[in-house]
Amino acid sequence: MIRIISILTGLFFAAALLWSLLWDTIQLGKDGLPHTVEKAFVKHDLKKLDLASDGVFGKFDEAQLQRGFAVYQNVCASCHSLKHVSYRSLAALGYNEAEVKAIAAKATINAADPLTGEFKDRPGQPSDKFPPVVYAGAGHPPDLSLITKARHGGAAYVYSLLTGYANQAGYKNHEGKELLKEFPDAKTPDGLHFNPYFANLNIAMAPPLTAEGQVTYSDGTPATVDQMAKDVAAFLVWTAEPELEQRHQTGFVWMGFMLFATVLGYMSYRNIWADKKGH
Amino acid sequence: MAQDASIDTPAVTDGEGVRRRDFINIAAVSAAGAGAVAIVYPLISQMAPSADVLAESSTEVDIAAVQPGQAIKAVFRKQPVFIRNLTPAEIEAANKVDVSTLRDPQTLKERTKEGHENLLITMGVCTHLGCVPQGAGVGEVKGEFGGYFCPCHGSHYDTAARIRKGPAPKNLHVPEYEIAGTVVKIG
Amino acid sequence: MSFPWANEYKPSHPLMVWFDQRLPLPRLVYNAVGGGYEVPRNLNYFWNFGFLAGFCLVIQIVTGVILAMHYGGDTSVAFNSTEHIMRDVNWGWMLRYGHANGAAAFFAVVYLHIFRGFYYGSYKAPREMIWLLGVVIFLLMMATAFMGYVLPWGQMSYWAAQVITGLFGSIPLVGDPLKEWLLGGFAPGNATLNRFFSLHFLLPFVILGVVILHIWALHIPGSSNPTGVEVKSESDTVPFYPYYVGKDGWTIGLFMLIYSAFLFFMPNALGHPDNYIPANPMQTPAHIVPEWYFWPFYAILRSFTQNFLIFDAKLLGVLAMFAAILVWFFLPWLDRSPVRSATYRPLYRKFFWVLVIDVLILGYLGGAPAEQPYVLISQLATIYYFLHFLVIVPIVSSIERPDPLPFSITESVLGSDGAAKLEAQG
Repeated sequence: MIRIISILTGLFFAAALLWSLLWDTIQLGKDGLPHTVEKAFVKHDLKKLDLASDGVFGKFDEAQLQRGFAVYQNVCASCHSLKHVSYRSLAALGYNEAEVKAIAAKATINAADPLTGEFKDRPGQPSDKFPPVVYAGAGHPPDLSLITKARHGGAAYVYSLLTGYANQAGYKNHEGKELLKEFPDAKTPDGLHFNPYFANLNIAMAPPLTAEGQVTYSDGTPATVDQMAKDVAAFLVWTAEPELEQRHQTGFVWMGFMLFATVLGYMSYRNIWADKKGH
Repeated sequence: MAQDASIDTPAVTDGEGVRRRDFINIAAVSAAGAGAVAIVYPLISQMAPSADVLAESSTEVDIAAVQPGQAIKAVFRKQPVFIRNLTPAEIEAANKVDVSTLRDPQTLKERTKEGHENLLITMGVCTHLGCVPQGAGVGEVKGEFGGYFCPCHGSHYDTAARIRKGPAPKNLHVPEYEIAGTVVKIG
Repeated sequence: MSFPWANEYKPSHPLMVWFDQRLPLPRLVYNAVGGGYEVPRNLNYFWNFGFLAGFCLVIQIVTGVILAMHYGGDTSVAFNSTEHIMRDVNWGWMLRYGHANGAAAFFAVVYLHIFRGFYYGSYKAPREMIWLLGVVIFLLMMATAFMGYVLPWGQMSYWAAQVITGLFGSIPLVGDPLKEWLLGGFAPGNATLNRFFSLHFLLPFVILGVVILHIWALHIPGSSNPTGVEVKSESDTVPFYPYYVGKDGWTIGLFMLIYSAFLFFMPNALGHPDNYIPANPMQTPAHIVPEWYFWPFYAILRSFTQNFLIFDAKLLGVLAMFAAILVWFFLPWLDRSPVRSATYRPLYRKFFWVLVIDVLILGYLGGAPAEQPYVLISQLATIYYFLHFLVIVPIVSSIERPDPLPFSITESVLGSDGAAKLEAQG
């Protein structure tokens, strides 16, 4: 009995699926495979970015993080917040206590007075987090604290996006198809900017890094657009994963120990079974 | 467990072999134990104060505006600190006391910094059970000895914030601090 | 049950004798996972995943209880408190990555455990109750994992809550009120997050309880084995301790190596970037998918696109998704073959491997966007999935001619000569 019910149930599901399959096939025959401007023209092959923090032994390059922080402060910070990062953690970039204090003091923090509970503006302290950024323009600049973890491709995406702005007129994809000829309706609207790395090709952010020397690097590294984009991408890896170095180091020691313990465990297992497996 | 394992391990007539096998079993169990201890460490240390809490473990207070006879409250590690600018009369009252009669014998000098005997900085936490004593705010009860008075269980502190009457066992705690000009850095 | 030749617990120390007479807990443990539990000597490494699954449950409960010490179950602080754990709590990143990857590891191990059950026919009499309790554990795990995924209150969390409760909305008549009741509102909100937090804390302990029943039920007939031939004599078994403690023990090391590689070197490889964006009820991410361990079921859900007879497509998808797991409950009665192990079932074995490939394909499609050609392929794959369990298994099990079985477990390990030699020795 149960088998008859089961076979009937199975055939019911199969029939319902075949029905869906039939209609979907007819539909597919009419429409063909989905062909959208995003599918054809969004670039998923990101530009290659090598950072010191990559790989199993990856560590942060403090000088690069400081340069990236300078780019963030001078360029990004006017629109993008960094609200999960606290000033005290900048010590990880190689700043000493006095420097951290000075950086924090430049910020204005609206916080409750601990004695009165009243909200007041005061200079920032190392224990504060980066304050929210008031942005009045078009679009919604995302908070950057976690951006390299919140986007496919991470730092390479940030780097590609920052350096990937292109002129839409005459833009061709890797197959040599011209965007505006294939999709004449997909012209970038006014106020948006064409960027083939952005999910829908049109981004509200104007190209932020435009001229060499836009940011002055204190370590004398030439501030080319490419260099600034790399540095800020490296910095944003740190803001998203400040634990990265500790994680790699702990992991390396732990894996070494586990390998040793596992080999010992295997030898012990062979011992215990020595008389049982003798064929 | 290690010993049991070696007992249950099938005996091999060759004595050398037995010893080597015991050794491996004991080593394997010890390694497992060491691994377990290593894992327990972060599981315990996670309950200690986190980085954001530790970051607030020092406080800077500007005391330029505190006149003799006045006191202000500040916050240090989420608890009140009393910063009091003593008047000459209060200093004299504190120094007149015979230290040997006190429950927690300390002179005012020991409780203040050299050259700043008028500046009494103590935690605002009663040493009895942790209430906040009164006497630092304007118009608050200062107790029978003109210092602080804890209303919870009736502890009276004198002008040097020493316990004089009531259940508290110790004088109000003096935290670590440094004075630089008009700024006091506590912690 | 224990076999007549099983070791008996004999405390030697007077204190342990005293203890044993009043509370025979050490005896219970000895008989459950100690020298008193006789286990077939021929178990292969597929039999390690039950022990590993228990180990994963412990990892999840320990890291979970600790994370709850630092997490705030309120929509205004949930995301920030998760970041607080990652940045400020001592070793917080390790605990959170350990918990997130621990969930994935738990599912990976449990899927292999279920695979073992399917291939070697572990669900067959007299072990049906172990199997049924196992399916209950799996369902509880799915509910727990889903609610845990909502807690960080990122974009994927929010939309998972929206979509999964939406499934219940498809039930005729009671659907909408049921969905609102589940959410405590019209859309996921603070009430939803709070109850999910509460239930996410509770359910692992329910799982633990069912696991104990699962192991209890296992100890009635004893463990199955790769031949599917029942234990006949003393030479067929070895005591759990030290033999299988040693074997399970060293594979814990192997498991830890793989798990730690994810935790320390690619902690986000199995996650989704969108969950690092705070929940935004006004904007759905372009491509929402559940965690990988739900992909096969998600593909089944999405493969119903047309109304059929009186059923609308959405209801069919939901029914099919739940049915995909519910059919497992009936498996012991659908598969009537007297032979347990697929090793001796040539025809069933072929269909079974097709099913494995089919589920892997469904898994891939569940993670792909809901567009052609993926939908067509998942329709075909889903058809096979249901036909396999509901039509092929019952029919094959009655028409198949199994290969000859070995006489005993000992014979399968030592060959008939070796078994005869052992027999002669007595």
